[in-house]
Amino acid sequence: MTPATSTHPITAFDVHRVRRDFPILGQTIHGKPLVYLDNAATTQKPQAVIDAMVRSYAEDNANIHRGVHLLSERATQAYELAREKVQHFLNAAQSREIIFVRGTTEAINLVAATYGRAHVGKDDEVLITEMEHHSNIVPWQLLCEEKEAILKVLPITDEGELRIDLLDRMLTDRTKIVAVNHVSNSLGTINPIKTIVEIAHRRGIPVVVDGAQAVAHIPVDVQALDADFYAMSGHKLFGPTGIGVLYGKAALLAAMPPYQSGGDMISAVTFKKTTFNVLPNKFEAGTPNIAGAVGLGAAIDYLGSLDSGAVHAYEDELLAYGTRALSSVPGIRIVGTAAQKTSVLSFVMENVHPHDIGTILDQEGVAIRTGHHCTQPLMERMGVPATARASLALYNTKDEIDALVRALDKVREIFD
Amino acid sequence: MERGEGPPRLKMDLRELYQEVILDHNKRPRNFRVPDPNNRHAEGYNPLCGDKITIFLYVEGNVIKDLGFQGTGCAISKASASLMTDALKGKTIEQANALFDQFHHLVTGPATQAESDELGKLAVLGGVREYPMRVKCASLAWHTLKAAMQAEHDVVSTE
Repeated sequence: MTPATSTHPITAFDVHRVRRDFPILGQTIHGKPLVYLDNAATTQKPQAVIDAMVRSYAEDNANIHRGVHLLSERATQAYELAREKVQHFLNAAQSREIIFVRGTTEAINLVAATYGRAHVGKDDEVLITEMEHHSNIVPWQLLCEEKEAILKVLPITDEGELRIDLLDRMLTDRTKIVAVNHVSNSLGTINPIKTIVEIAHRRGIPVVVDGAQAVAHIPVDVQALDADFYAMSGHKLFGPTGIGVLYGKAALLAAMPPYQSGGDMISAVTFKKTTFNVLPNKFEAGTPNIAGAVGLGAAIDYLGSLDSGAVHAYEDELLAYGTRALSSVPGIRIVGTAAQKTSVLSFVMENVHPHDIGTILDQEGVAIRTGHHCTQPLMERMGVPATARASLALYNTKDEIDALVRALDKVREIFD
Repeated sequence: MERGEGPPRLKMDLRELYQEVILDHNKRPRNFRVPDPNNRHAEGYNPLCGDKITIFLYVEGNVIKDLGFQGTGCAISKASASLMTDALKGKTIEQANALFDQFHHLVTGPATQAESDELGKLAVLGGVREYPMRVKCASLAWHTLKAAMQAEHDVVSTE
């Protein structure tokens, strides 16, 4: 039995055992062991996910919801089983509240294009925050332009925490939507979604949560959060690219107009009129990413095979270790020092541009992201043109953080 | 055998990318100023990394009498802008266009010895050829220069 197919929970977290489940991690880059610290961009995939997708194509490939033949039945079952896995992962009340999309970006665009277009009018307001990813800014900006509505931005502190104290007074009778990320991709800040939802709901305003960076690192319970919409991507959760999820409360989804139209999202079509299908199919026009959904389901199963409490404790320990290690490097300043943080170490180095850091680190086998991380307004707020970002996942080790620090010494060496 | 290395590429020491000349121009960029007077300018932007540069020219007749730049960027893009502005002062628009082509060749394909000789100091940027993700950093200033040379507004700005 290989660890990848193990169904027994690993009680004490054994990172070296987990690493063996991720085939990509064993390679060398420029002759050095790969140190993959770009997990906020995308996570690596365990063998179990790769195998599940291969099986989907090799054994069960057929179109879903259409054929009467056995293969189609198997493909449909696998796809719908994946939906149920996501439902339980997010603790949604019903599986029809889980809409498969391409990723977080499409999920947010879906809400903006349907709920947004139906509910936001002239002089209405949409509230976002200063630490949003472009994918949770631009769809709302376009909506506001189209509707002559106003986009309001909740500010953050120098540490990178939301000014929750200002939230209530920034909401008005004209605010129709609040959109906020659960975890900041650039800073690692964990936002108090439950509090935000409570404040918004007091005024009857629904909340759209961008959960892209949260799902791999903190437990998410959409019912406990009382989030109205929750968006996530499979590829940031050890699953494949091109598959993501929009969770929406059934009552909201049911009342929304469709997003894209075509096959599978209809129940009857004549040239005079079309009746739309029920949830979730209403929002899944066309043949979906079947193998992708199966892969995402396998990723959720894989995480379920680990002791989540031990994983979270390990990740917290790793972040604390990384924070201490980076703080000890002369000339380095960590950007984003919120009290509640996960997985992200964004930093700048005196007199060295993040790009140069990125290139030199790559030569040492250390993969990080450099740039504005699709959060240009946030970079401006923090007073930096860009940052270097090391982002962690459950398979990273303290040794890898040490390798990062050694590579940063090399940067200093070249630039001093 | 190593996995995932892709096609084999000439392993280059980082010192060949970050040569002393580049590090020096990064630390003390030349012509990092808005020339007064100036009559053409253009902004260049690399959306991938957020690097921004503005090139200012003072063109009289067909000659670049003065030029300078402003902006933020990595060592490669700053050094490239600095070296470029140094090299172009007093050159004609035609000469600048010819250098643009030679520089483009230098950073994207193997340049001949004759081309390298003609580029002079600029040839130190040839190292980026081995780092495809960094070619844009080196060429941002040059593309912005081209836009500035083609800029129509000949009104002298004294800001």
